[in-house]
Amino acid sequence: MPRPLTPFLWTLFSAGGTVAALLYPVHFFLTGLAIPMGWVSDPGYGALRGLALHPVTRLYLFVLVSLPLFHWAHRFRYTLYDGLQLKHLTALIAVLCYGTAFIGSVTAGYTLLTLR
Amino acid sequence: MSAGAHYTPYHPKWYRKRVSVWWWLESGSYTGFVLRELSAVAVAFFAVMLIAQIRALAGGPAAYARFTATLASPAVLVLSVIAFLFVLFHAVTWFNLAPTAMVVRVRGKRVPDAAISGSNYAAWVVLSAVVAFLMLRS
Repeated sequence: MPRPLTPFLWTLFSAGGTVAALLYPVHFFLTGLAIPMGWVSDPGYGALRGLALHPVTRLYLFVLVSLPLFHWAHRFRYTLYDGLQLKHLTALIAVLCYGTAFIGSVTAGYTLLTLR
Repeated sequence: MSAGAHYTPYHPKWYRKRVSVWWWLESGSYTGFVLRELSAVAVAFFAVMLIAQIRALAGGPAAYARFTATLASPAVLVLSVIAFLFVLFHAVTWFNLAPTAMVVRVRGKRVPDAAISGSNYAAWVVLSAVVAFLMLRS
């Protein structure tokens, strides 16, 4: 990894960790558990789409997806190095991890931009 | 020359004891560390769920119905419960580490650790309430 990039990637890791810590539990609980289990009434397609159409919500959702993906990329990269002792695969692992986060961010960004 | 001098085929500085791939099971704090690092996989799991939700919202009512049906299937629900617990673990460990990662000084005095993690927990409660209100008010 080129040296000047490291502080930038660490900043993404840190910002993504904060976003995931503050906002993922409530979103995950509602979307992944409470609504599918029927513990709360489903807001439904129309209401959620209406929310997502607002420009502020689009930006919010992009940040909500993108930063935590880079948090994952950074942490998972070092877990592979240390946990599985794969330090010799540095470049390949870095490209796969950050590349996946990048593709996920672009997918979310494109879908949010073109949402009608 | 001391009588016990002996020579080895390797350079002492080069000698590295082999560490097992399972080194992190040898102590509770190592295991906690690796579980904390692995919580990032649960974070990514939910990020993918969010991408799927956004794409389903863009795809129309039928696509959204398929999305909700997938989330309600038993296999995905089991995964969701496990990943949700890891996301909670991430949040708690992140807030507890915040004072170590970020030293805040006010008028030259260091803000106590409890105040920093406490304000993180307070922000967590407020933001969770706001998100729940906005999503469920209809």
